[in-house]
Amino acid sequence: MNLAPLKRWESMLALVLVFEFVLFSALSPYFLSVDTLSDATFNFTERALVALPLALLIIAGEIDISVAGIIALASVAMGLAAEQGAGTATLATIGLGTGLAAGCVNGLLVTVGRVPSIVATIGTMTLFRGAAYAVLGDRVLKNYPDSFASFGQGYLVGPVSIELALFALFAVICALFLHGTRWGRVVFAIGANPVATRFSGIPIDRYRFALFALTGLASGLAAVLLTSRLGSTRPSIAQGWELEIISIVILGGVSVWGGKGSILGVVLAALVFGLITFGLGLMNIPGIVMSIFTGTLLILVVAVPALVRRR
Amino acid sequence: MKPYRHWSETARRDFHLALLTLGLFVAVAAKFPAFATPAHLAGLLDDTAILIMLAIGQMLVILVRGIDLSMAANLALCGMLAALFNREWPEAGVVPVLAVALGAGTLLGAFNGILVWKLRLPPIVVTLGTLSIYRGVIYLLSGGAWVNENEMTREFVDFTRARFLGLSTLSWFAVVFAVAAMFEMRHTRLARDLYAAGGNPEAAAYSGIDPGRMQFIAYVVSGAIAGLAGYLWVSRFAVAYTDIALGFELQVIAACLIGGVAISGGAGSAVGVLLGCLFLGIIRSSLPLVGISAFWQMFINGVVIVVAVLLSARQRRHVRSILEAR
Repeated sequence: MNLAPLKRWESMLALVLVFEFVLFSALSPYFLSVDTLSDATFNFTERALVALPLALLIIAGEIDISVAGIIALASVAMGLAAEQGAGTATLATIGLGTGLAAGCVNGLLVTVGRVPSIVATIGTMTLFRGAAYAVLGDRVLKNYPDSFASFGQGYLVGPVSIELALFALFAVICALFLHGTRWGRVVFAIGANPVATRFSGIPIDRYRFALFALTGLASGLAAVLLTSRLGSTRPSIAQGWELEIISIVILGGVSVWGGKGSILGVVLAALVFGLITFGLGLMNIPGIVMSIFTGTLLILVVAVPALVRRR
Repeated sequence: MKPYRHWSETARRDFHLALLTLGLFVAVAAKFPAFATPAHLAGLLDDTAILIMLAIGQMLVILVRGIDLSMAANLALCGMLAALFNREWPEAGVVPVLAVALGAGTLLGAFNGILVWKLRLPPIVVTLGTLSIYRGVIYLLSGGAWVNENEMTREFVDFTRARFLGLSTLSWFAVVFAVAAMFEMRHTRLARDLYAAGGNPEAAAYSGIDPGRMQFIAYVVSGAIAGLAGYLWVSRFAVAYTDIALGFELQVIAACLIGGVAISGGAGSAVGVLLGCLFLGIIRSSLPLVGISAFWQMFINGVVIVVAVLLSARQRRHVRSILEAR
């Protein structure tokens, strides 16, 4: 297995990360402290949690644009349950369950309905977000029990938040799955050549379905964390996140054509992305201006290798 | 006219969608006679006009296996440019404003196109990137401020609202675009090249059509339409700010999908897209009559898209089913 090009990509990301650290600590005296950095992690952990299974999905040659819609739907489901007086454990279960169910809908559309995943998830994205708007209108749900806040606001040990710990755990699991198991090899194989993979006797639809379900479940988890952190639900919650999450995955060196990518790259990309957002925030640069930066980065990430190839 | 059994798959699909749209229209009009009045229909066309224009541009891009997610951002940026131009040079009139919007849109579209053509970058990544960039640039240009009606000249705002034969200028734009697209897509060499490049790029290349160049042309046209629509949008709603038409690209893509444009390229018709837009437009304008809150609009769009893509996926099932390894 030749990992050299991947390693190059990831070392580039690591270099960018170091550069960001140096830059931001030079620009802002508040940057380089444990508290600040711990705060900074809240900026990206929820998005990064979804980016991990989405990376698996994109490596397998599919895509899910409905992730932010799933977050909204799961958040609304939890908000409605909280209004009926549901407890914290029930709420978390409902959030995860809604995410899983939504992921299964995507999986069924792609495997049984034979709809191309980009089209299917553009549809379900509208459907899920639309359901959130239909149910909630212009209302805001915020009757969450006090203990519910611990998911998104609590700390596990010292400055390590529960969100960060969950992300780290999930990243390790995904990395072991993708790079250490036979199933992970199959995910690469499906992305590289689905026809050959199926002719090798592998039930590729089952893998596709499972990956969509997993992405839905992770979106449900992100919804639990985000809702708990914000303490309220609006139908516009996590608006536009799908683009940021996909950007993280592609920045992580995952090929949009499928068959290539690594979890380490995605984790590094999430850190790079999170630090940029946080660092520019420290310098009072509005989010919409940062989107110029994100967009340029996204195009450069795919353009630079293409330019190098042309030589 | 050929008997039905000899019709192409596209023609049959367009026919079914036409029946469905007509059925929907008749059902709503039967229950609410006010719906079918000329005034209300003119309003419906006015509301759907920009969607129709954009969907025609988007169709061209999807035909050649691309997708243009930056369309609404392009619209918003050109709309802001038009508004700012009008504020700086109020005496210049509408024609230079149109030129600015059209020119800027063409350039923004060409930028997408050149990346897709010359560097062979994946269209979804390119337009996702330019979507963010264009939105950010609007903020930089405007400083985050709104350009309101009182900063616009009368001419600038009235242009889209002037009426001719009962329809607004905006509606006439859509009518002209739709008619031109229907003719263009059936009878010109460019359109045939687009279908060929999208349907089978390798075969097209061997017959002397550069599929990349076709993608470039599609992006340029789609950008130009988005730019023009930018001015029309800002003029119609008499306000320009960073977030106008936020997420509208998905509604445009939805109209194309409902209209039978295949995301895998090479299949789709202007008639279908027009019907898809009208279908969405009728649903939108009948919701308040039926007493359903406007908040349901998005959900209903979602249901329509999912059903439409499921049906069209079933229809294409027999084609290359072994090769596609599904």
